[in-house]
Amino acid sequence: MTSNKLLPALALAILSFTTLAADPVGNGPLRGTGDLGIAVERAKGSLQWLDTTKMTSLGRIEGLGDLSHASAVFSRDERYAYVFGRDGGLTKVDLLTGTIARRVMQSGNSIGGAISQDGRFIAAANYTPGGVKIFDSDSLDLVADIPTGSKVIGLEDIPGNRFGFSLWDKDEIWIADLSGDPKNPRLTKFTNIGHQPYDALVSPDGRWYVAGLYGEDGIAVLDTWNLEAGVKRALPDYGRGEEKLPVYKMPHLETWAMVGNLAFIPGVGHHEVVIVDTATWTQAGVIPVAGQPVFVMAQPDGRRLWVNFAFPNYDTVQVIDVPSQRVVHTMKPGVAVLHMEFAPRGEAVWLSVRDGNRLEVYDTASFRKLAELPADAPSGIFFTARAHRFGL
Amino acid sequence: MISKAVCLVALMVPFCAASADMAPGPERQRELIHFVRQECGFCHGLRLTGGLGSPLTAQAMRDKPMDTLVAVILHGIPGTAMPGWQPFLAEPEVVWIVKSLQEGFPNDVK
Repeated sequence: MTSNKLLPALALAILSFTTLAADPVGNGPLRGTGDLGIAVERAKGSLQWLDTTKMTSLGRIEGLGDLSHASAVFSRDERYAYVFGRDGGLTKVDLLTGTIARRVMQSGNSIGGAISQDGRFIAAANYTPGGVKIFDSDSLDLVADIPTGSKVIGLEDIPGNRFGFSLWDKDEIWIADLSGDPKNPRLTKFTNIGHQPYDALVSPDGRWYVAGLYGEDGIAVLDTWNLEAGVKRALPDYGRGEEKLPVYKMPHLETWAMVGNLAFIPGVGHHEVVIVDTATWTQAGVIPVAGQPVFVMAQPDGRRLWVNFAFPNYDTVQVIDVPSQRVVHTMKPGVAVLHMEFAPRGEAVWLSVRDGNRLEVYDTASFRKLAELPADAPSGIFFTARAHRFGL
Repeated sequence: MISKAVCLVALMVPFCAASADMAPGPERQRELIHFVRQECGFCHGLRLTGGLGSPLTAQAMRDKPMDTLVAVILHGIPGTAMPGWQPFLAEPEVVWIVKSLQEGFPNDVK
């Protein structure tokens, strides 16, 4: 071995040693968090702490309370996950150490939340009492309380350090603007937006806030670049004249695929994915699928959509090719596939199989299974790459 | 894996595990407990403390009439998000579920 080859090896050895020695908390060598994530173990009130590069669990993080319907957002340095629990618990989890950094009980009953554009504020959407609470993302101290007199759903961050949310019981969409005085957010309220908004999404550029309606046909669309134009109704004819199937699990609107001007959303009460032309906000078609979609999620490259389903078809996952708008793959990973999450650039997708007590990882190009990880009745899977996207 | 698949099939076929006037057997009871905690739990919470749906705790259910609750579970409530579960649950099973809710629902044992 020549010395010029030996030197880098020696340097590396010294560097590794130094890194280990310099580690202040004894959790191993220095590392980033951009490839980490969590999976919710809903019944146990714990998280699986995940490494998406090695496709392994780094351990279990316990003590998060009632995690039925839990969701998470991430700090902009991708170090912390903020987990919203059903029991109103808001837990700040340190993904470098796998420990709970802070935890507050912020309400009696919560559904989810969002983090502001500048990363300084966490907003939590609450059912009981109905409203939105804003917290300092560092300390979890309460910054502002926005009572709504209604269950709040579809709380999303939008550009301008604003949050948008919808009121299930009042048929309203509110925008809270924190860009001035965060302690007194400026509220803009839109009424009669459509009956029973059940969830909402924000377009990848943060411009469009779209609420799905459970109580009537159609969706409510708000252009956040032009609030004065008000909420517009779209797809008023979707499903008209057809009997809706009973909805055994409320669909989620989380993200969408756009190819040109097309967006794809779950058809409520129908075994269909609905295609929406976002230039005109009209229906551009439907894609028949294996059940009532719960999540219609686009791979980060937008080429394929992955769809899971409500009870009783929730053992199935289908993949839609976006250019041809056809189902190209159907698989049955097991009973109760509750959620899907893509690796940051989408070469792999992770699925939670609740009754199988496992997470499964698939290659999104070949559909080959890459890994299986044990997890107790897993539901939501959330990776840190969400930190830098609107509406996630 | 196989037993889970059988459970799901059983849930989809009413009357297969309980005759019209009989309470469900112990195995079916376990399936129903899992069903209520998990599927109803999406809207009502795993701990049945409520969410989009109302709380199903003993305190919330105790004073409500059996007939009404059975009808709500079987047929849903029009104009709300509550669907009817008749395709998946037989009436005696629903009666057993309501009784159990009113007494304080058992935990899911897997």
